[in-house]
Amino acid sequence: MRKLLLFAAAVALAGVAAGCGEKATVTVYKQGQYQGKPDKQPWDNDQFKGDKGAWEKAVKARNLGQNEYVRVSGG
Amino acid sequence: MARMKFLADAERCIECNGCVTACKQEHEVPWGVNRRRVVTLNDGVPGEKSISVACMHCSDAPCMAVCPVDCFYKTTEGVVLHDKDICIGCGYCFYACPFGAPQFPQDGAFGLRGKMDKCTFCAGGPEADFSAAEFTKYGRNRLAEGKLPACAEMCATKALLGGDADVIADIYRDRVLKRGKGAEVWGWGTAYGKPEKQPAAKPGAKS
Repeated sequence: MRKLLLFAAAVALAGVAAGCGEKATVTVYKQGQYQGKPDKQPWDNDQFKGDKGAWEKAVKARNLGQNEYVRVSGG
Repeated sequence: MARMKFLADAERCIECNGCVTACKQEHEVPWGVNRRRVVTLNDGVPGEKSISVACMHCSDAPCMAVCPVDCFYKTTEGVVLHDKDICIGCGYCFYACPFGAPQFPQDGAFGLRGKMDKCTFCAGGPEADFSAAEFTKYGRNRLAEGKLPACAEMCATKALLGGDADVIADIYRDRVLKRGKGAEVWGWGTAYGKPEKQPAAKPGAKS
């Protein structure tokens, strides 16, 4: 009986200890750097000549133009 | 600085495919490549809903994360673009994208998969603005002309809004308050629910 208990305890201990050797399988995520060609800002061209304010003004006008409650008067 | 985003209003979309046509025409997109599509849920059933789907230019774009050759970049306006000269057409971005935005031309022999093509928010790509190379690879650069994407500007019912996030969110809020329903914005949480991905700092740069 004692031998049987010892055997059972050894098996249980082996089973519990088997989990201790587990290693992390998830790799560490590393964000890469963009490898392509650089792009210019949308206002760095012949139309806006580097004037960021003018570009933002033009885009904002287009943005607000999408609101028909404002665009259509008397609605 | 404006953070460019798309907003699809399912309450307004009438499935006219005007946005799809506008995109095709504006960029002369080849046959088989659909930068924008209209998806209808419960088609034919009363109460069906349609939504216009394209690259949403996510805050923390999964395509950028999975690209093995790092061909993606994000502009200061929050537009996710890529360099076709670097792309190897592996298709990882297609599997990562929750919107099915990346498209691959398959007109070559033996089912050849070409370089990835997707919505550019009408912002061109990493070529000289208004150049033939930019148009051929990425389409027209409307943003550099001070214009918004053709799909959103062409939308007859204004179901598709595109532009500065703050402005279009205000327009939508105002709209929802007036009609009293339909506050759910399809895809908004998926695309913009995570914090904005900041460009990686240069080595040696101070944070």
